[in-house]
Amino acid sequence: MCGIVGLFLKDKALEPRLGAMLTEMLVTMTDRGPDSAGIAIYGGGAEGQAKLTVQSDQPDSDFPALADDLGAALGSRVTLRRKDTHAVLDLSAAKAAEARAALAELRPGLRVMSDGAAIEIYKEVGLPRDVARRFDLAAMGGTHGIGHTRMATESAVTTDGAHPYSTGADQCLVHNGSLSNHNNWRRRLKREGLRIESENDTEVGAAYLTWKMREGASLGAALEGALDDLDGFFTFVVGTRDGFGVVRDPIACKPAVMAETDQYVAFGSEYRALVNLPGIETARVWEPEPATVYFWSR
Amino acid sequence: MQSIDLATASLREMNATLQAQAAQTNATQWEILNPRGAHAIAVGLDAPIEVTVRGSTGYYCAGMNKQATVHVTGSAGPGVAENMMSGTVIIDGDASQYAGATGRGGLLVIKGNAASRCGISMKGIDIVVQGSIGHMSAFMGQAGNLVVCGDAGDALGDSLYEARLFVRGSVKSLGADCIEKDMRPEHLDILRDLLARAGVDARPEEFRRYGSARKLYNFDIDNVAAY
Repeated sequence: MCGIVGLFLKDKALEPRLGAMLTEMLVTMTDRGPDSAGIAIYGGGAEGQAKLTVQSDQPDSDFPALADDLGAALGSRVTLRRKDTHAVLDLSAAKAAEARAALAELRPGLRVMSDGAAIEIYKEVGLPRDVARRFDLAAMGGTHGIGHTRMATESAVTTDGAHPYSTGADQCLVHNGSLSNHNNWRRRLKREGLRIESENDTEVGAAYLTWKMREGASLGAALEGALDDLDGFFTFVVGTRDGFGVVRDPIACKPAVMAETDQYVAFGSEYRALVNLPGIETARVWEPEPATVYFWSR
Repeated sequence: MQSIDLATASLREMNATLQAQAAQTNATQWEILNPRGAHAIAVGLDAPIEVTVRGSTGYYCAGMNKQATVHVTGSAGPGVAENMMSGTVIIDGDASQYAGATGRGGLLVIKGNAASRCGISMKGIDIVVQGSIGHMSAFMGQAGNLVVCGDAGDALGDSLYEARLFVRGSVKSLGADCIEKDMRPEHLDILRDLLARAGVDARPEEFRRYGSARKLYNFDIDNVAAY
């Protein structure tokens, strides 16, 4: 079991409340996944700038001088916003790839959670309520976001095992289910040059979609490809810079409910996750069909 | 009308109260407010009471029902009326997967659509769906009737025993050992009665009947190489 929530806002007036709404949805899904929790949130981002979200097990020693150290290594201005064990580094988009390499030298223990113009990922082990509080998720604004509560099956209960996974700029994936052919795909995707850092099956799913899109597929086509190539159970929710998508495997035993109003499109593993959204009483509520790709973008 | 508000009462209090109603109770009318997708609402009832749930429910609403009538004014999550023994369960909206699974008796009416595995392993329950149903419905159905006013998804009636399936719309595909059968007068009578009890305005003659070809009942020596 696991819990997934997602919210894609159409109404700009709701954007300052995105984090608060997603947090409430996430906490409702605690009994589907009390091991760990994570959220990918999209927002902000200036032209020509990139955001790198990093995580450290020793944030007190890793973070204080990090912006200066990285700035010196890149010869370019870097700013840092710390949130508990995570920090968001703001830097020139042209330096993003170089920054990854520099970080591996400067702070070898650091994990890069995500990079891109708009995405930030926060995830840790613990109850969703506690994870949300540590990062003050409720105070975050944004255009859309995806959250996950984890009950581990395929890999250890660690930060690396928590969702969301990001394997490409501004892309992320959360998953309820288990993939059975992920080891083959991990080897193949690594040969294709994809970056896969954990033993987790979902990260392979994320890398698969990144690879498909790198080869020219649209997100919709990449998700269609997943239906053919990935074996196992999955309800996937995917985020990109300007949209989010949903697909369920053909057996569709992992639950999913969606709701749409003029203000938002929302996803929940269960209807419970959606009950506090504004206007839910009159929203169009439906269960996504098996083996059918759904996608919204702005 | 007795009212239980789940905004203030706990789920256990609500179920314990409903389960404590005796066969001769005077409190026959109940309503449950603010279900908000909670799991296991109105389960294990065993008295001729009428319970109206005002809103949508989560997993396993009205499971193991006996005698009671449970009416959900919204939609129902997975496993609604699972293992129902008798009584009536009515869902005004849609039902998620495995609605009426393993049900032994009673009537389940779904006014919207039902998702996959509707009536899986049904053992005597009658299910009437006014919309359409998803894949693998009535898988290994042993007894009872499944009536679908809309369409059926893939693999309808796979490995079916003696449950009767009636579909008005299209069937995407039939499962192993499930075949279309002639609609005889006694089937039209069964269907007419079910449609009337479910309050559905449809003519029995518009439906087709599907059932077991009974080829999987006994071991076939020609298949020995497969084992």
